[in-house]
Amino acid sequence: MKILVCISNVPDTTTKITFNSNNTEFNTSGVQFILNPYDELALARAIELTEGGNGNVTVVNVGLANTEPTIRKALAIGADDAIRINAAPANAYFVAQQIAKIAKEGQYELILTGRESIDYNGAQTGAMIAEIMDIPSISIIKKLTIDANTATVEREIEGGKEVITVDFPFLASVTEGVAEPKIPNMRGIMSARTKPLQVVEAIAVDTLSSISSFDLPAARSTVKLISTNESAKLIEALHSEAKVI
Amino acid sequence: MNVLVYIENITGKFKKSTYEVVSYAAAIAKQTGGTLTAVSIGNVEASTLAEIGKYGASKILNVQQDALSSFVNQAYASIISQAAKSVDASVVVLSNTFTGKGLAPRVAVKLAAGYVDGALELPTITGNSFSVKRGAFSGKAFANVTLNSAIKVITLSPNAYQINDLGTTATIEDFNPSTGAHDFQTMVKEIIRASDKISLPDAELVVSGGRGLKGPENWGMIEELASLLGAATGCSKPVSDSGWRPHEEHVGQTGIAVAPNLYIAIGISGAIQHLAGVSASKVIVVINKDPEAPFFKVADYGIVGDAFEVVPQLIEAVKVLKAQA
Repeated sequence: MKILVCISNVPDTTTKITFNSNNTEFNTSGVQFILNPYDELALARAIELTEGGNGNVTVVNVGLANTEPTIRKALAIGADDAIRINAAPANAYFVAQQIAKIAKEGQYELILTGRESIDYNGAQTGAMIAEIMDIPSISIIKKLTIDANTATVEREIEGGKEVITVDFPFLASVTEGVAEPKIPNMRGIMSARTKPLQVVEAIAVDTLSSISSFDLPAARSTVKLISTNESAKLIEALHSEAKVI
Repeated sequence: MNVLVYIENITGKFKKSTYEVVSYAAAIAKQTGGTLTAVSIGNVEASTLAEIGKYGASKILNVQQDALSSFVNQAYASIISQAAKSVDASVVVLSNTFTGKGLAPRVAVKLAAGYVDGALELPTITGNSFSVKRGAFSGKAFANVTLNSAIKVITLSPNAYQINDLGTTATIEDFNPSTGAHDFQTMVKEIIRASDKISLPDAELVVSGGRGLKGPENWGMIEELASLLGAATGCSKPVSDSGWRPHEEHVGQTGIAVAPNLYIAIGISGAIQHLAGVSASKVIVVINKDPEAPFFKVADYGIVGDAFEVVPQLIEAVKVLKAQA
């Protein structure tokens, strides 16, 4: 099976977020970038599905040359080859148009993304790619199994889950549960340097949305401490002061 | 601007997030001098549908077909975009639920619309500029997104907008969209309910436990407190990674981001990734025996103490409170 895994280069989860240029740009100075944790799960499942020479996993990223360490990481984890679409990822629609073009040309049977990237948290790109390609998509799945020509997935819903069957080709965005992240071994790290990484130019896309500015959350007031032996007072305060229970 | 709102049902019933999104969409219609139409897909009884009128929808387009009684992403997306065109909608609003997240991006592409997901406030509209505030960086910041397209698609974050009963009524019309076999390529085989527990993403109250609870066998008191309060239960990442609790309870940057009225964190130190997932909570309570736990810096109320001493006292206090009510 040919699988395409869409990966995103995002700030490490411990990053303290600040902005530049009058709160219009994310300040990347000193920020460590990583492979988006949800995409890591998608990649791990793709590698499991193609184990034993049963297919090929390609990773695709929309980014400038500075995302290559993250792409090499994905290759070290076990992707067979990679494509970088050479453009800054302006917004989800832009990224989706780029990846949909690559995905159509490569005739992948399965396209996987993370449920969302941990920077802009849009959860948009996956379903947009599928709509542009006119193939089915299932968002936020926690289980994916394949039996001959049919896949069975479990999709999270409020207060439960749905078990869904779907034929190939399709796209799914994944969340925790679908696989455990894989840690690259030494052989993987060595071979990642020589695995193919193709760079292609981006196509022009209309700008339907743009971020005009960012804000940081307002600071919270200082904590009101209640002593352990008066714990009941907390419930009183939540009821009559904060009025939340 | 005419506004279309998708009124999501789960097995024929509307949830709180649906009433919230109707109120939100009604406010946008009012803001822009347009009318609000709602579209319902699946089997919803007329009396349940009529409820939607109270929140400001003047018309409800009802799509009732057996093939649509469970969720089919492509067909639903196609129907919502056909409904948008039929009422000449400039703004299409959905709930930012699991279903909304899968649906809205497809609707946006079909309508060549700019899309903002997880809106936290009404749009700011000045002249031709239309901008919407949403969370970014997993709760560590907010982004103001400007939509440049003729049609705009928005999903509303749960618990972000107040339900307003306007006492209005709506007419209900059957709507017959065209769909083909191509729209039905996914099939729901089974829906598994996780008991009657309150679901985490749209819970108003959340009681969450961390490693300070020492082991999964100690969750009884967390569940008891949550059940007395009518709260959902959550946990920190180390807890779900250790298999003490299921993944769907993991609150934080790589789990579920919550925005409840009250978040009670018990035995959670407050790593930056966890704090990101709870920053939108209105009131935060932290119970931790370490006075230096970073969580206290973002808490509204705190108790420095052992969870095993504090939580049983809280349970008793809630029982007393409920007895008085």
